[in-house]
Amino acid sequence: MLSYFLRRLILVLPVAFGVSVICFLLVQIAPGDPLTAIMPVDATAEEQAAMRAAYGLDKPLPVQYGIWIANLAQGDMGRSIATGRPVAGEVFGAVQNSLLLAISAAVIAFPIGIFLGFLAGYFRDTLLDRAVTAISIAGVSVPNYWLGIVLVIIFSVSLGWLPSMGAGPGGSQDWGWDWLHIRHLILPAVTLAVVPIGIVARTVRALSGDILTMDFVQALYAKGMSRFDVLAHVARNAAATALSVMGLQLGYLLGGSILIETVFNWPGSGFLLSNAIFQRDLPLLQGTILVLALFFVAMNLIVDVAQAAIDPRIKRN
Amino acid sequence: MIGLKKSFAALALTAGLLCAQTAAAQGTLRIGMTAADIPLTTGQTDQGGEGMRFMGYTVYDSLIEWDLTSADKPSVLIPGLATEWSVDAEDKTKWTFKIREGVTFHDGSPFTAEIAVWNFDKLLVDTSEQYDSRQAAQGKSRIPAVASYKALDDYTLEIVTKAPDATLPYQLAWILMSSKANWEAQGKDWEKVAAAPSGTGPWKLETFVPRERAELVPNPDYWDTTRVPQLDKLVLIPLPEPNARSAALMSGQVDWIEAPAPDTIPAMTGNGFVISSNAYPHNWTWHLSRLEGSPWNDIRVRKAANLAIDREGMGALLGGLMVPAKGFLPPSSQWFGNPSFDVKYDPEAAKALLAEAGYGPDNRLKVKALISPSGSGQMLPLPMNEYIQQSLAEVGIDVEFMVVEWNQMINLWRAGAADPSVEGSQSINFTYFIQDPFTALIRHLDCNLIAPNGTNWGHYCDDEMQGLFEQIKTTFDPAEQDKVIQKTHEKFVDEALFLMVTHDVAPRAMSPKVKGFVQAQNWYQNFSSITMD
Repeated sequence: MLSYFLRRLILVLPVAFGVSVICFLLVQIAPGDPLTAIMPVDATAEEQAAMRAAYGLDKPLPVQYGIWIANLAQGDMGRSIATGRPVAGEVFGAVQNSLLLAISAAVIAFPIGIFLGFLAGYFRDTLLDRAVTAISIAGVSVPNYWLGIVLVIIFSVSLGWLPSMGAGPGGSQDWGWDWLHIRHLILPAVTLAVVPIGIVARTVRALSGDILTMDFVQALYAKGMSRFDVLAHVARNAAATALSVMGLQLGYLLGGSILIETVFNWPGSGFLLSNAIFQRDLPLLQGTILVLALFFVAMNLIVDVAQAAIDPRIKRN
Repeated sequence: MIGLKKSFAALALTAGLLCAQTAAAQGTLRIGMTAADIPLTTGQTDQGGEGMRFMGYTVYDSLIEWDLTSADKPSVLIPGLATEWSVDAEDKTKWTFKIREGVTFHDGSPFTAEIAVWNFDKLLVDTSEQYDSRQAAQGKSRIPAVASYKALDDYTLEIVTKAPDATLPYQLAWILMSSKANWEAQGKDWEKVAAAPSGTGPWKLETFVPRERAELVPNPDYWDTTRVPQLDKLVLIPLPEPNARSAALMSGQVDWIEAPAPDTIPAMTGNGFVISSNAYPHNWTWHLSRLEGSPWNDIRVRKAANLAIDREGMGALLGGLMVPAKGFLPPSSQWFGNPSFDVKYDPEAAKALLAEAGYGPDNRLKVKALISPSGSGQMLPLPMNEYIQQSLAEVGIDVEFMVVEWNQMINLWRAGAADPSVEGSQSINFTYFIQDPFTALIRHLDCNLIAPNGTNWGHYCDDEMQGLFEQIKTTFDPAEQDKVIQKTHEKFVDEALFLMVTHDVAPRAMSPKVKGFVQAQNWYQNFSSITMD
């Protein structure tokens, strides 16, 4: 197990390198100019050239990449072109907020998804199954940014129960575990949870439905086990695959919440990314994408190792 | 018993004090900006017009400022930190500015001519200790005329221009003055100054959290007593997404939002929110290519296109929040003049002009237009351009669009019509800040500013126009200069040098509790007169 973990860990290095190259190149491919964020649009060509040189943007791409990766190796992600602030501080602050939102959404989505999935799988082809299937398809299909706007209209604008923007009172970004802050989290977390509820429910339904038709389940019943004990065996058999789906979903929740964070003005990595894209803030863009991609790589590693630990059938040679 | 009496007395006193405080308090105004971050706080702001509006003329002053007190009259220049200025009668490059006495920064240090010099060095001299590349990036290009400057005494400043240039006062209205004493107190570190800046403006920055909020409090010692803020606090919150801004206003999290989404305006007004708008120096045009082979070289085609658009009809598309163009500048501008070409909707006249130019049903004119799906100041570019496409098609002009994302559009605008990257587009839909003679007129059509070296996108060059631009720069009497600018604008309109469509009206939505706001015909606004109910 330990050797498997170390082997997987070593494999992460080339993946991380590949990710860094792609991150760097992707943002260069996009048309646009980072200088638009820091200079008046009618600055002269001479002034633009001087500014380009000051930021090192006039150097060949491989040289720019070399400088970036060398600084990165020393923990320096550079400075945002638009704000002049260190990228690391901006990115990690935002990632913390996104993690909070993603984990909150996962806490809502995973138990509900698992419960609905088991329910549908156990009562397969019944009215209950169809109802759960309909709910999960709706969850996956409804554009969550639209749902977010609808929830804002109902709960913020019409009823005035919950705030529509920010992570704290007055747009504050400093999180606190009190009602004043938690009420800011409810709407975005619920909105973000809708898609994974559908996906997890669909996955668990398919897994549990299949496992329940297997011979060993009949054997367990024949041995006189209670329904609950049999379901526990089914759950254990389904856990490895369900876990990998949930792990990936957590990654998506963290990286894929750009629209939700924008709708709710949530100061997370998605919001930061969206602003960096519009401003062509290359260092901030590269830093944010890199951190999110590495988080995704780490999630994959954790899920792989956890699968191997949970399911003895999975041989990792 | 005595104890009880004392308690009552204390209670009454406390209640009295509370009532007195409530009566004096003018409240907190929370504004949702369209910017994604708090504009640069150190002096010269970033984030365009919004940056100057909220973090420029609030915390800082310039030598010469814009009058923001009237909604009815066009905004004009007024004395700021300079009380008067004049150009040397013999040497028209030499200007003298009398510095306002008794003005102090928020840190208590005095503003003098020497401090003005220090501020120019901050932007223009990259070897100076106080040079700040971030502020220089914003400010240097605003004062192209300035060659040198020096303090003649504490309250007299001399500025020498590279050539005679009567637009210098307009250029100086961009330059905001930071405190040298504060910069020194912050260890000569502009990043530290950003958190604790010091200007001479009517507002002091009390709290600044990047990307989150800025809290401004009144400067009770402001030199212009009529502009001492009446509010207790002004809170600026970045809310870049239009729907999030609207929801924040309607759920009571902010009291005022900039640029509400047009489709949310009926819901807002229906719920008692107030929409404030006014004409201001902004235009929405197609800047036309004048390269050889461009169909826009024919004045009949240009006039035909201008006559083909039903601008009143477009107003419905924008919820009425626009001023139909009658020229390149808004009709209320002090520089509008009296053009002879009437920019109106007359499709029959347009067809006749096109026929005269050799186009007709069997020979429809084909043009390619560069547009963006969004962008700062672009209003609703896609539906508006589709409306124009349909209008032009009705008179016999078929438009093919090249659609590029806004940031790339800026690049293509800078590159100019001759650049291969525009792929032969013969116009660009680029909205303009047109507040002073240079930004309003000169920069678009000056022969010396042909792209990519300048912002003359269409490569237009005309001797008569160049002569007028020169005259603007060499007419030092403001009233006479206004007349030359009017004449220049008349030429813009009479020769239909742009496809002139509309002007934005800077809509902002606010809670009915907001009182006393006067929306000036300017990109910047005065927040000092506002109170909260």
